Amino acid sequence: MILFQNVTKRYPTGQEALGQMNLEVDAGEMVFLTGHSGAGKSTLLKLIAMIERPTRGRMVVNGKNLHTLTRRRIPQFRRDIGIIFQDHHLLHDRSVFDNVALPLIIAGYRQQEIGRRVRAALDKVSLLHKEKAFPVTLSTGEQQRVGIARAVVNRPAILLADEPTGNLDPALSREIMGLFDEFNQVGTTVLVASHDLDLIAPMGKRMISLKGGRLQDDEPARGASA
Amino acid sequence: MNARTSQRRPDVHARASAWLLSHARSLVFSLGKLYRTPLSSLMTTAVIGIALALPTGMYLMLSNLEAISGGWDESAQVSLFLKPSVSDEQAEELARQIQRRDDVGSAQAIGKAAALAEFRELSGFGAALDALDGNPLPAVVVVQPGLALKDPLRIQQLVYDLEREPGVERAQLDLQWVQRLYAIMETAQRGVLVIGIMLGLAVLLVVGNTIRLDIQNRRDEIEVAKLIGATDAFIRRPFLYGGIWYGVIGGLLGLIMVEAALGFLAAPVNRLAGLYGGQYQLLDLGAGAAFSVLLIAMALGLGGSWLAVGRHLSDIEPR
Repeated sequence: MILFQNVTKRYPTGQEALGQMNLEVDAGEMVFLTGHSGAGKSTLLKLIAMIERPTRGRMVVNGKNLHTLTRRRIPQFRRDIGIIFQDHHLLHDRSVFDNVALPLIIAGYRQQEIGRRVRAALDKVSLLHKEKAFPVTLSTGEQQRVGIARAVVNRPAILLADEPTGNLDPALSREIMGLFDEFNQVGTTVLVASHDLDLIAPMGKRMISLKGGRLQDDEPARGASA
Repeated sequence: MNARTSQRRPDVHARASAWLLSHARSLVFSLGKLYRTPLSSLMTTAVIGIALALPTGMYLMLSNLEAISGGWDESAQVSLFLKPSVSDEQAEELARQIQRRDDVGSAQAIGKAAALAEFRELSGFGAALDALDGNPLPAVVVVQPGLALKDPLRIQQLVYDLEREPGVERAQLDLQWVQRLYAIMETAQRGVLVIGIMLGLAVLLVVGNTIRLDIQNRRDEIEVAKLIGATDAFIRRPFLYGGIWYGVIGGLLGLIMVEAALGFLAAPVNRLAGLYGGQYQLLDLGAGAAFSVLLIAMALGLGGSWLAVGRHLSDIEPR
């Protein structure tokens, strides 16, 4: 599903964010990326979502060779990837419903279909009763869940999350991670970047540690779940 | 995985209707946006309206002038003063001859005696004439040109030709001032065109700048939309429709302003016409011209937003 071969990313400032990265993630896998800030977790996710392009190396994501993917085809490519940010990137002038509906509107779904899918996604994150609310009226945890609903409403093949629990307390964080686990169980490939080892270690998933832009450790899943 | 993706993606027919749906959404959404910020929208559209009303009003003024002066064509005439040696009979013969020309409507000879009688009646110098021995006036042939005065070169040619007829002492084009008026109007028309183009350019820039600010204000939204797979066309669309709305609404305001000005002028124009012993109904813009103004306004709005979108949208990429 995701393949990195000797991928190097160097920013125009000369800083090398990722070096000689080799990585393979199978379809349906759930992987945690760990490491200190600046270790390259975010860069790795950005490369997968084509927010950044690699300086060198070969990448295949969702069956597409990213080297040959033209700018014109990026939108279609991204529709198969759900992205969740630490600061959730919600649009504050629109209701929860409209925020979650955005990917479906972009993909050109019909109104009824949009309503059905948005409510299903909101139900999944237990926010169906807040569909008419505006993001500012929600708690941080609720906002993050809206962000998750928006990321999964299109049923993407890959789900990327960059420090999704960065601003949340432990109980809410576990809840969010539990959601990711559920999406993974219905076949979605999930990549979560998090530095919170206490939270993710007990989940028994594959854990990839990065340090200084290099692969430090790749610990396979233990099969046990938290 | 591919089977799964193709299965949940809409088919071709659904995509075509989705495309239309997306246009309809952008259309409504962009109008809604103007409605949500009524004051700034009103200001922008008012500026556009004024910029469009000025050349439209001037054009209308010229049309009216043209309509008024159109009736003066018939009163234009060329007087051929014949040499004193030419007799009345020869004058009649000359008139018949001239009448046969293509560019002459009619030609009429006025004999020496008739000319004298007319002069006596109109000039008020009757007593002075009595003091003279004979009739000092020559015979005259009055020629009514068969062409519009707007064709000054051909009129000039006609006068030139007539002057060279044997027996003609001098050809005088009356109402030369009408020709001058036409020349002035032609200049004014060019002027209006230049002003129109400049103000049109202004509309283009006003819309472009408004849309540019709009793009900057919605930077976050654009980034998010790009992140979740929005195509450039999708992101562009509401801004382009926004520009169209600015143009159309500005155009409508401009038309309303012109109509209001017309209503404001109607009474004094009627009074003026009354003083000249006539009646004049101010020409309206008419549906065709009004529609053209709207169409131009729409095109300017679209063009302006296209400029802004082309320059500024590609700068915004998710980070």
